[in-house]
Amino acid sequence: MTKSKFDAIVIGAGMSGNAAAYSMASRGLKVLQLERGEHPGSKNVQGAILYANMLGAIIPNFRDDAPLERHLVEQRFWLMDDSSHTGVHYRSDDFNELKPNRYTIIRAQFDKWFSSKVREAGGTVLCETTATKLARDQSGRVIGVYTDREGGVILADVVVLAEGVNGLLGTRAGLRDMPKPEHVALAVKEMHFLPEEVIAERFGLTDGEGCVIEAGGTISRGMAGLGFLYTNKESISVGIGCLVSGLAANMENPYRLLDAFKQHPSIRPLLAGSEIKEYAAHLIPEGGFKAIPQLFGNGWVVVGDAAQLNNAVHREGSNLAMTSGLMAGEAIFQIKSRGGLMTKRNLSLYKGMLDKSFVMQDLMKHKDLPSLLHTDSHNFFMTYPTLISQAAQNFVRVDGAPKINGEKATAAAFINARSRWGLISDAVRSAVSWR
Amino acid sequence: MKATIIERIEDKLYQNRYLVDTGRPHIAVRPHLSPSPNLLALTQICPAKCYELNEIGQVAIVSDGCLECGTCRVLCEASGDIEWNYPRGGFGVLFKFG
Repeated sequence: MTKSKFDAIVIGAGMSGNAAAYSMASRGLKVLQLERGEHPGSKNVQGAILYANMLGAIIPNFRDDAPLERHLVEQRFWLMDDSSHTGVHYRSDDFNELKPNRYTIIRAQFDKWFSSKVREAGGTVLCETTATKLARDQSGRVIGVYTDREGGVILADVVVLAEGVNGLLGTRAGLRDMPKPEHVALAVKEMHFLPEEVIAERFGLTDGEGCVIEAGGTISRGMAGLGFLYTNKESISVGIGCLVSGLAANMENPYRLLDAFKQHPSIRPLLAGSEIKEYAAHLIPEGGFKAIPQLFGNGWVVVGDAAQLNNAVHREGSNLAMTSGLMAGEAIFQIKSRGGLMTKRNLSLYKGMLDKSFVMQDLMKHKDLPSLLHTDSHNFFMTYPTLISQAAQNFVRVDGAPKINGEKATAAAFINARSRWGLISDAVRSAVSWR
Repeated sequence: MKATIIERIEDKLYQNRYLVDTGRPHIAVRPHLSPSPNLLALTQICPAKCYELNEIGQVAIVSDGCLECGTCRVLCEASGDIEWNYPRGGFGVLFKFG
């Protein structure tokens, strides 16, 4: 390794790391990016949906050569009990626009492409290299990193910690706490392959169109959790995630949850005949606004999942990651170009930019929701889905009994399960935390 | 009654690509007489089923199939039940799709 000092070292080549490295390298900074996988993307797991606006802010013409799967024209939200689903579907031809808004992607391929842009911009990307420790001077300022390669410390003015939700460097150095079990969800996911035309037919799609299903209910067995099914070009990503605290308390097995989800009568026909080619697991930061750590200090900033920047309510993560990486890169470039040092005071510019953006505003808006779902998960994921399924069936089934009987049965079931006061309290608390 | 097909975790992991760093496991369980509740939970919630109870009631790990998700670290590192590291650069699970 060269002994020369870098302007910045970026740890990790995921969404936030690539955004940060690209934004700095393309502005002429000397950037070193470390990635522990054999190529960028080989350690990264996501659903995965790409939000075009946020990538477009970094690489405007990404549609020319980025590996994109399908652009989304339909979103389904399903509330499930063991034998049914009650759904809200939104589909619009407006999404068949010239520059579509959202795409499904496959991260191992997408990250490889994103990283190639970092290299084209002049960044140095070093793969198969695990950063093991931050180097700090006597005052505690971060001055570089140690890796598992020979050659000692690599020096830089600033280190961008884009090391993901399970990042070791920042937590071991005491810059931030390790995520708590109630602040992270464990998601497991499989890749199911089917011919392109079979997927199109099953989901009612034409050329290049995609559909996603997100499903909550008894599939998570009373734990806070969500199942999902995303259509790629010739595969379907299917998975389920639950809070680690819930899994541990209930001693639930994530791959059995996934298998049960796949066997659900509403899901099984969509996957029939598919060939499974990969099984992955990953943590998702779910703590929201209140779990965000200190984001900057002397010689360092933290971005993306490592900073818990994930909007669990809207299921947005990669766009927050890209935006935080971009802003960290911009802030570092601005400080550098006016001859400033990478002090805590100067790097607060990054936090200032983030506070003004949708990233912090969205997370702030939903700051009470994670704890509500955590403390009241049985009602939200077991009781209500069951009640709503019964209500829908009472409404739909025709059996010769007067309609008023069905309505009375529905009302009685809700009151029996939660009591009038409980229903009002749940509604008020949900509304308040949503605001 | 609905049919339930229980798929074996070994069959799932078999689909994945790994480069195992032979002789250098990246996670270790601290020697113990009886496992803590969190350590015991890992025998159920580890998505790669790396943790198992052995014949004398202690939790043991074989990290070859590890998906590097960090669940066990979040649950058991702070208490000292386990020692967690990433595999050396290039080793471990290599996602084809991710």
